[in-house]
Amino acid sequence: MSSSLLLIVLLGLSAVAFHLGRRRAIALGRASGSSRSLHSRPVYYGTLTALWCGLPALFIFALWQALESNIMVRLTISTLPEQIRSLPAAGLGLVINDIKNLAAGSSFGGIPDPVIEAAADYYRHLQELGGLLKGGTLTVLSLVAMVFGLSRLTPKLRARNQVEALVKVLLIICSTMAILTTIGIVLSVLFEALRFFQKVPLTDFLFGLEWSPQTAIRTDQVGSSGAFGAVPVFAGTLMISALAMLVAVPIGLMSAIYLAEYAGKKVRAVAKPLIEILAGVPTVVYGFFAALVVAPFIRDLGAHLGISVSSESALAAGLIMGIMIIPFIMSISDDVINAVPQTLRDGSYALGATKNETVRRVLLPAALPGIVGGVLLAVSRAIGETMIVVMAAGLSAKLTANPLQAVTTVTVQIVTLLVGDQEFDSPKTLAAFALGLLLFLITLLLNVTALYIVRKYREQYE
Amino acid sequence: MVEKKSQLISVDDRKTVGQQFVENPRMTCRDVNVYYGDKHAVHDVSIDIARNEVLAMIGPSGCGKSTFLRCLNRMNDTIDICRVTGEITLDDNDIYAKNIDIVSLRALVGMVFQKPNPFPKSIYDNVAYGPTIHGLTESKSDLDGIVENSLVKAGLWDEVKDRLDQPGTGLSGGQQQRLCIARAIAVEPELILMDEPCSALDPIATAKIEELIAELREQYTIVIVTHNMQQAARVSQRTAYFHLGDLIEVGYTDRLFTTPRHQLTEDYITGRFG
Repeated sequence: MSSSLLLIVLLGLSAVAFHLGRRRAIALGRASGSSRSLHSRPVYYGTLTALWCGLPALFIFALWQALESNIMVRLTISTLPEQIRSLPAAGLGLVINDIKNLAAGSSFGGIPDPVIEAAADYYRHLQELGGLLKGGTLTVLSLVAMVFGLSRLTPKLRARNQVEALVKVLLIICSTMAILTTIGIVLSVLFEALRFFQKVPLTDFLFGLEWSPQTAIRTDQVGSSGAFGAVPVFAGTLMISALAMLVAVPIGLMSAIYLAEYAGKKVRAVAKPLIEILAGVPTVVYGFFAALVVAPFIRDLGAHLGISVSSESALAAGLIMGIMIIPFIMSISDDVINAVPQTLRDGSYALGATKNETVRRVLLPAALPGIVGGVLLAVSRAIGETMIVVMAAGLSAKLTANPLQAVTTVTVQIVTLLVGDQEFDSPKTLAAFALGLLLFLITLLLNVTALYIVRKYREQYE
Repeated sequence: MVEKKSQLISVDDRKTVGQQFVENPRMTCRDVNVYYGDKHAVHDVSIDIARNEVLAMIGPSGCGKSTFLRCLNRMNDTIDICRVTGEITLDDNDIYAKNIDIVSLRALVGMVFQKPNPFPKSIYDNVAYGPTIHGLTESKSDLDGIVENSLVKAGLWDEVKDRLDQPGTGLSGGQQQRLCIARAIAVEPELILMDEPCSALDPIATAKIEELIAELREQYTIVIVTHNMQQAARVSQRTAYFHLGDLIEVGYTDRLFTTPRHQLTEDYITGRFG
């Protein structure tokens, strides 16, 4: 029995269990007078029976899936002749791959070794046996659980409370998954970064002023010094993010003020979704807009004014990234300004303040912590943004304060280091993980600060 | 009892009775109607507001008294769907005329709200806000003077003089409300509108505000909306009774509460509804 079929069978059985549990609860209610004599509504008895029937079986199913292949491989290896079993791990892995492929029916060039063929047959046999065993066990298990569950149904059973508890467990499992994934990502980046720091000293990476990650493959190769100073890369990121915020914060904030305080209902209903469309544009589209329209425009403008502008400039990337972030800032600021109680506006207007005075002197100071939190979140988005800078900012890691020159960013470097065929043990590729780790730490810090500020602000009106 | 009832005006007659007009009024309101969208909230209200009097407006919830109060400094303008017709004058100037400056009108007619609403600023800045935006002061010492003066008038100075730089939101409810009164006084208004200023306060804080109203009356004209009939009786000279958007009866407070002329007024003040 294939896994997906088994899964469908288990779900079907749960549905049957739901139906039976509910019917039985209704019958119980009738037997003891009225449906009022039941502790919970019949639906809860049904749900509880379904959960009893489905959850243990699904849990064992997941466990089985995880362990099955490992056990089968071990059993297959034990049938192989001694000279294959004593191969090093990598070689053995290749053989196992061959066996698996053959068992799955995919042919590869040439006539297979009879030993391998026999092993593949055995493997296939194990697979069938395992499938049958699994299907049988789980079906019986869930049927037994269903009958057990049905037999436990009594009018006094607190099905409603038990369902509540089970739902809580389910929600906890889901939220743990998100946390575990985050931890997994951090650890995988961390371990690779540690390997990098074994080859390049941490201080060189953090304080080095030159970034040139090409390492020599042959000893006689020229022009591949391999310098891993992260300062110019981070300087580029910071410059582009700063340019983006220079564009996004004033425009986003002012449009939020307009929408929240000045615009009528109709204007708001049209303008807000329109601005939010900006948030829906894929960043790659922004990227080629920046590379094909904005960057040449800035270069031509510079040429007219007699200023030399490189065709890929930090300015173009920063401008477009700023436009990308406008809806983000606008949306958060709009929410925060709307959250300021109406009584404060009334108080200000009743003193004879104009709208502008009210906004500047009452609303913005009251909303400021929330706005700052939003801006910090936007900064961490700008720092992590990749596609626009890949297309518009360039690759040369120059340490410059001139926004008209090409710079490079952390994300761009990570992309260029890892794209293509790469060996994963050279400092060049491992440097990507070190950059990623540092970037992650910076955005984490920004996010934590932002959330702290936003939370503090929220308590103010409660 | 039966005899007295027959002298009262019947509940079906909604024409205003009593002393609704005075000589030499500060404000006059004639045939004021207020609509919220399709809802007709205030019907044909005509009343004068005398100089240096405390006028109390009472009535059951939803009777339009707060709505009417908000017409007097055009606070209803901040509500999109609200429409006001009729004529309201302040010192013979129509406040709904096209050329009127709402900003200076509101500086002249201050307002205190139901819930204390100090700005999330320091106590000093709360009071200094109005004088600053209206440019009433030349120097920092002038401003200090206005702030102190207003807080003294609002009876709050002694409690806060050592912590003027602390946030106004950190004061107790009663102190916050007196801060809001000080804030309103600081722009030197001539009338003060109070919309149930004590409904969120405890009895002791309420007593303090009522004392304050009695003192302020010497300098200002005060219109106060209240749910509390004892409060109206204690602080006001004239009382206006509203019922479902109609102004039913206006009278000198001591008379209105002892010998009401309208059946609805009597029903309300004897606690038959409300």
